[in-house]
Amino acid sequence: MKKNTNEVWAFFSSVKLALFTFFTLAITSIIGTIIPQGKEYEFYVQAFGAGTAKLFQVLNVPDMYNAWWFISLLVLFSINLMVCTIDRFPIIWRLVVMDNLALGIDRIIKMPQRHTLYSGKSVAEVEKLAIGIMAAGGRKVTQGSNEGGSLLFAQKGAWTRLGVIGVHVSILVIFLGAIIGSTWGYKGSVMITETKSTNQVYAYDGKSTPIPMDFEVRCDRFELSLYDNGAPKEYRSNLTVLKDGQEVLQKSIVVNDPLQYGGLTFYQSSYQAYDNTYVIEIENNKTKEMNKFIVAAGKEVKWPEQGLEFGIVNQRGPFMGGIYEYKIWFSDGKGEPSKFWILDGRKAQVERADAEYTFSLRQLYATGLQVTKDPGVWYVYGGCTLMLLGLLVAFFLSHQRIWVYIKEEDSRTKIVLSGTSNKNKVGFENEFAGLVDQFEQNESLNLIKESS
Amino acid sequence: MNSSQLLGYTTFGYLFCSFLYIAIFVFRTKKLGVVASSLMVLTFLVQTTGIVLRWVESYKMGIGHAPLSNMYESLVFFAWCIILFYMWLEFRFKNRLIGAFAVPFAYLSMALAGLTGDEIKPLVPALQSNWLIAHVMTCFVGYAAFAVASGLGVMYLLRANVRKGADSLLSTLPELKVIDDVTHKTIVFGFLWLSAGIITGAIWANSAWGTYWSWDPKETWSLITWFVYAAALHARFTRGWGGKRIAWLAIIGFLSVVFTYYGVNYLLSGLHSYGGS
Repeated sequence: MKKNTNEVWAFFSSVKLALFTFFTLAITSIIGTIIPQGKEYEFYVQAFGAGTAKLFQVLNVPDMYNAWWFISLLVLFSINLMVCTIDRFPIIWRLVVMDNLALGIDRIIKMPQRHTLYSGKSVAEVEKLAIGIMAAGGRKVTQGSNEGGSLLFAQKGAWTRLGVIGVHVSILVIFLGAIIGSTWGYKGSVMITETKSTNQVYAYDGKSTPIPMDFEVRCDRFELSLYDNGAPKEYRSNLTVLKDGQEVLQKSIVVNDPLQYGGLTFYQSSYQAYDNTYVIEIENNKTKEMNKFIVAAGKEVKWPEQGLEFGIVNQRGPFMGGIYEYKIWFSDGKGEPSKFWILDGRKAQVERADAEYTFSLRQLYATGLQVTKDPGVWYVYGGCTLMLLGLLVAFFLSHQRIWVYIKEEDSRTKIVLSGTSNKNKVGFENEFAGLVDQFEQNESLNLIKESS
Repeated sequence: MNSSQLLGYTTFGYLFCSFLYIAIFVFRTKKLGVVASSLMVLTFLVQTTGIVLRWVESYKMGIGHAPLSNMYESLVFFAWCIILFYMWLEFRFKNRLIGAFAVPFAYLSMALAGLTGDEIKPLVPALQSNWLIAHVMTCFVGYAAFAVASGLGVMYLLRANVRKGADSLLSTLPELKVIDDVTHKTIVFGFLWLSAGIITGAIWANSAWGTYWSWDPKETWSLITWFVYAAALHARFTRGWGGKRIAWLAIIGFLSVVFTYYGVNYLLSGLHSYGGS
C-alpha cells in the first residue's frame, strides 16, 4: 500500500487522531460517573425529567459504557492503534536490524557525540587496539570497511526500539481478552443454603436466566465473624464440589480467595441469615453417632433412633460481638428433661442418666456466591504484563550506537569516534566520554597531540 | 511517643519547609537552601518513623495491617511519596527552586489528613489481600510524581510569561527547556506507576469481585487520568504542541488525579467507598 497517497490511511495512523480519541474518551467517560448507571427508566424521569430521560434512552446513557457510540469510540481507538502500529513497524524494524556499517561516513561523523584523535601507528595496528578497547567495555564489535577506511561498530539495546510497539499491542491484547470474555463468558450469582447444593447459577442479564453446570456445589457451612467493634471481619464459606454425586474438591473460600473449578470461579459476595432457623448438631459421645437438624425456633424436633426430643424455647441477647443465646429443652424420655442456655456457634455437653451428648447450635445461613466464567482473563493479564514491560523498555532503555572510523590521512592515522542514543542522552554522553578517555589513556596507540 | 504525635509534627515540619522553599524562591536567599533541605530530610525521617510505628501499633492492637487502608493513611503516604520524589529531583537536578512548587503539596496532604479521623481500624474482608500494598503503593508513587509535575507545569507557565531580558523574580527560574524536560520525565515516571496501579487494581478486583473492570467511578476516573497523561506523552510527537500545552496538561492531569483520589470518594458513590472513612 502506498501510504503517502492514501489519505484515509494517513488519517487513521495519525497522532492527532490518537489525541482526539484520548480526549473524547476521557470527557465522555465522565458522563457515566455522574449519571447513575443501570437504573430503571422511571428513575431518570424522576431525576432529570421526561425529555432528558427520553434522550438518555436514545443514547443509552443508563448503560453508556456499552452504548453504541462509546463502543464506536473504542473501536476508533483500536483502529488508530492498529493502523499506526502497522504504519510505524517497518520503520522501527529497519532501525533494529539495519547494517550500521553500511551507513555513510558523512552521517557517522555528524552523530551527536563525536571525537577525533590522531595516532602514529598504522591503520591495522590502531584497528586491533580499538577493537580491544571497545570489547573491554563488554561491547560486541563488528568490523567493516567504508570509503577507504576501516569502520568498527558496536551497539546496545537495538531491540528496545520495539518497546513502544509492545505497549500499543498490549492494549489490543487487553481488548481481545475483554471481547473473548464477553462473548464466551458470563457473570452470574447463586445463593446456597448451608447443607444444600446447586447445579445451576443465575446470569446477571436482567432476567436471571438459569445456567446449568455439569457439577454441583454444596455449601457445608457459612461463617460470619465480627471484630469487637461489630465490623465484619470475615465471611467464610466451606464449599464442596460434587461430580456425579462424588466429592471431588473441598475449599474454604473468603473474599479475595475464590474457588475455581471447571472453568468457573466462585466468589464470596454476600450472605443471608434465615429468621429463627438454626443448625443443630448432636453427637452421642459414647456411640459416636451423629446427626444434623435444621430447626425453627419453638418447634419440637425428634431423633427417633436415639429416642431424643428437643427444641429451642427462648432467646436472649445480643451479647458482645452481636451474639445471641438460646434456651434449649432436651429430653430422652428418661427422667426430667434438661434445660440449658447455649451461645450461637458454641457446643454444650448434655449429661443424661445413661448417655452423654455433645450439642451444638448455630444460626442457619445461605451464602451468596458470585459466579464468573471468563476465558479471556489470561489474555487481559498477558496484555497487562506486556504493557508494563513495554512501558519500562520504551521509557527507560535506550538504543546506543558507537562507531569508530579509522583512516590514513596526511601520513597519520585518523580515529573518529562517534555515537548516538535515542534516549537517556545524558547517560550516554558520560559513557561516550568514558570511551574517549580509554582511547586517550591507551599508550600503545601512540596518540599525536593535536593543537589545531 | 505514638504515631499520631509523630505525624502531627510532620505536618508542621512540612509547613515550615514550604515556607523556607517559598522564601528561597521569593527572596532569592540561597543561603536558606541547606536549612530547608535538612529540615525536609529530618521531617521525612520523622514521618517514616511515624508510618512504621503506626504499622507496629496496628499489630499490637491485634488488627495488624499496612498503614495504607483508609483516607488518613493514604494522605500520609501520599505526602511521604511527594517528598521522596522531590528529594530525588532536588538531588538529581541540584535545584531548590522546584521545592516551592512541590513541598507545599506534601503539607496540604498532611493537613487534609489532619482533618480526617486517624483511628486505626481493622480491615473489612474486601481489603484483606496482599494486593492492598501493591495497589496503593503503585498508585500513590504515580500520584506523587503527577503532583510534582503539576507544580512544574505552574512553574513553566510563570516562566513563560517573563519577557526576554526582564529582570524579574521569575527570571531566576530554570530555563523553559529544562523545566519542560523535567516535566516530561516526571510525567513518564508517573505514567508507568499509574499504569501499574490500574493493573494491580484490576487484578485485585478480579480476585475479590470476579471482574477486572466494572466502570466503577474510581476505575473510570483513573482511566480518564490515564488518557490525559497518555495525551500529554503523545502530544510531544505532534508539531505545535509545545511546552505550554504540556504544562497545562500536567495541571489538568493532576486535577484529574485529585478528583480520582479525593473527589470520587466524597462526590460519587461506588465500590471504593472504604476510602472515604
